Amino acid sequence: MTPSPVEESVLFGRLSLNALPLHEPILVATFAAVAIGGVAVIGALTYHRLWGWLWREWLTSIDHKKIGIMYVILGLVMLLRGFADAIMMRLQQAIAFGGSEGYLPPHHYDQIFTAHGVIMIFFVAMPLITGFMNYIVPLQIGARDVAFPFLNNFSFWMTTSGAVLVMASLFVGEFAATGWLAYPPLSGIAYSPGVGVDYYIWALQIAGVGTLLSGVNLIATIVKMRAPGMSMMRLPVFTWTALCSNVLIVASFPVLTAALALLSLDRYVGTAFFTNDFGGSAMMYVNLIWIWGHPEVYILILPAFGIFSEVVATYCGKRLFGYASMVYATVVITILSYLVWLHHFFTMGSGASVNSFFGITTMIISIPTGAKIFNWLFTMYRGRIRFELPMMWTVSFMVTFVIGGMTGVLLAVPPADFVLHNSLFLIAHFHNVIIGGVLFGLFAGIAYWFPKVTGFKLDEFWGRISFWCWTIGFYVAFMPLYVLGLMGVTRRMSRFEDPSLQIFFVIAAFGAVLIAGGIASFLIQLVVSFRKREQLKDTTGDPWDGRTLEWSTSSPPPAYNFAFTPVVHDLDAWHDMKKRGYVRPTDGFMPIHMPKNTWAGIVLSGVSLICGFALVWHIWWLAAASFAALVSLAIIHTFNYARDFHIPAADVTATEAERTKLLAAGA
Amino acid sequence: MSSTTIAATDAAHADAALEKPDRGTVFYLREEHHPENGTMLGFWIYLMSDCLIFAVLFACYGVLGRNYAAGPSGADLFDLKLVAINTTFLLFSSITYGFAMLEMVKNRAGTTLAWLFVTLLFGLAFLGLELYEFAHLIHEGATPQRSAFLSSFFALVGTHGLHVAFGCVWLVTLMVQVSQRGLIPENRRRLMCLSLFWHFLDVVWIGVFTFVYLMGTL
Repeated sequence: MTPSPVEESVLFGRLSLNALPLHEPILVATFAAVAIGGVAVIGALTYHRLWGWLWREWLTSIDHKKIGIMYVILGLVMLLRGFADAIMMRLQQAIAFGGSEGYLPPHHYDQIFTAHGVIMIFFVAMPLITGFMNYIVPLQIGARDVAFPFLNNFSFWMTTSGAVLVMASLFVGEFAATGWLAYPPLSGIAYSPGVGVDYYIWALQIAGVGTLLSGVNLIATIVKMRAPGMSMMRLPVFTWTALCSNVLIVASFPVLTAALALLSLDRYVGTAFFTNDFGGSAMMYVNLIWIWGHPEVYILILPAFGIFSEVVATYCGKRLFGYASMVYATVVITILSYLVWLHHFFTMGSGASVNSFFGITTMIISIPTGAKIFNWLFTMYRGRIRFELPMMWTVSFMVTFVIGGMTGVLLAVPPADFVLHNSLFLIAHFHNVIIGGVLFGLFAGIAYWFPKVTGFKLDEFWGRISFWCWTIGFYVAFMPLYVLGLMGVTRRMSRFEDPSLQIFFVIAAFGAVLIAGGIASFLIQLVVSFRKREQLKDTTGDPWDGRTLEWSTSSPPPAYNFAFTPVVHDLDAWHDMKKRGYVRPTDGFMPIHMPKNTWAGIVLSGVSLICGFALVWHIWWLAAASFAALVSLAIIHTFNYARDFHIPAADVTATEAERTKLLAAGA
Repeated sequence: MSSTTIAATDAAHADAALEKPDRGTVFYLREEHHPENGTMLGFWIYLMSDCLIFAVLFACYGVLGRNYAAGPSGADLFDLKLVAINTTFLLFSSITYGFAMLEMVKNRAGTTLAWLFVTLLFGLAFLGLELYEFAHLIHEGATPQRSAFLSSFFALVGTHGLHVAFGCVWLVTLMVQVSQRGLIPENRRRLMCLSLFWHFLDVVWIGVFTFVYLMGTL
């Protein structure tokens, strides 16, 4: 039924040497760089005999802290890829004027904007957010790990497998050229017969399993594993936002899974869900994908709001203003995020009443969000503000996000949307809230929790340079797009005719270069901080005079997090403990019950990756074999009943004595 | 006594102790803390996410279910007698699973296994009849490719069948594990999860039977 443009062999499906993009010099050079880098890393690991260590301490680890760190590393690596796509687009649009075709052929350009969107949302923002939730939430609620430690490891590797599949598409075959949500009928088999959309589908399906399971895991963790005394209204705000974000994950990712599954049925089996003929409806897909897609943006922004709340309270030395209203605002946003999806396609023609409903619900979301902004401002009001890096990101966020929010409310007005739909105004708007909200939040979070994770602070100088490059770079890159959008320039164009527009694109490209400087400074900051780690060392475990429980343990925290489970009496538990003369226990330690490492997560995900690759290339025997292997391995894993062990009391005593010494030396 | 109440009393106790001079000891538990096991909650949340997948498939069927594209309709195709027998199989399998759980509570591994086996037979019979129905439809030319109605029909009913098939594989796995290790706490927990899963599929099938078959033949 499925028309195949190329001959398919039994052994390799449609995979052949032609799939290697040897005729694209940019890709060949990239591949060479990646290959050299990869060989260097593998060589270094082998030379230093680190494979065993890597396998035991990291790859098979079920420690939520290590998994959190691995998520963040994945997110940062993918940020480089996603940003490379961004700067290529800005360069192309800055030079492709007046008959010049630029340096990217349209087919390649289309893949780049698709990959940019997919990577930035699924493989940068999601892993970073999930990494933060993984690392911080158990510490904030006084738990020793998440509810399902093995599942946590499996989730991480599934996300990574999805990322690997996207990266593979760069060098083997092609990626989707459809835009990041792959609307049919363009993404159907008739208009996208190649492997690009299939890479898209399977990468997201594999990563989606990981995301969904980590959502289930963190909800169960927050609901069931809080320390005694920590009622829901004593939960730190970051944990509250993490809870809401994970509820959104569980309530929206299945919709994405189902929508993509139906799209793949259309492509692989020839069904008629989203086709133009046989009674299919492409708008069905657009509705479904946005029923997932809109909550998705709140999945990303809510934990960022949580980070800002922690940062503001800590660096102003005050209890967060309006804690209860912050919690209610978060919950209200969670609910409302389900009632607005249609604002992504007002122009579909649903009629005035439907559009009005969704326009109004969209505008209502700005009320709880505005309440949050005021809460942060009132927390700062008459606080002793310390303008450390996280606080700088927070202030920059407040200004930037308010602008992005206002353009969002503007777009929520259906008549205005009819004018601005699909224009660069929209592009500027969502980058305004995603960069100014999510990304600034993540940078604030990195600077804030870095000493907790590593035991030393980040270098201030390079951090400030990175901050200013990002902030100024953002405005220079995206304000011109607002102007262009108002002038009617549509998105996803690879070249332009009107020369008067060029100057705006050149300015935007310059902004992208500034942002590149921000990313470079961030990387330099990591290296410099590592080299100055003795100087930047924090022995107290509480460098910022923190307020929540993660600051009560050592930096980095021991494998068991807390030698004794904390008992909570107030919001901002650690602040309360310090205020009322908490004395750290130094004896009487007991063995601690912990989960064991397991091979299952990385192996199952690796097999899923092979299965996904085989499905992309129609290598049916391999798909069937790897699927059978997946089921068998999963079953074999369930026969392992010996999943936990005890850290002996002597080890706990030794670790805690070490900390006692450090604290004494620091005092 | 559940550990939540332990936690609550701990906290209340600790709050009272705060008033006393020995402040150092009330901020942590000297004994081991046993948070409540989250497996059943976690599995329930997973089931709700699965429920959403079915919700999407039902919605698709709701939107596309009358788009016959000049092909056959439900009234032309469905054999209600066959589906009624199939429904009976599935409902009975739920009852027998319930019997297995009752035996588990009485700590009788042998009879638990016996009822699980009966459940498995009903499950397989259901799958067999469903496959027969699908083969019959395809033989008559009512393939998933024929119309959006048939696409959404096969996707919805097929996804349910796929779940039952996975349930059967899981059931066999658990039967092996129960016979190897008996009704240990881990196995009891797993049986509880599969129980939720199995009854959940039953509930979904009621929806399929009503919305697809009964209303489809109207």
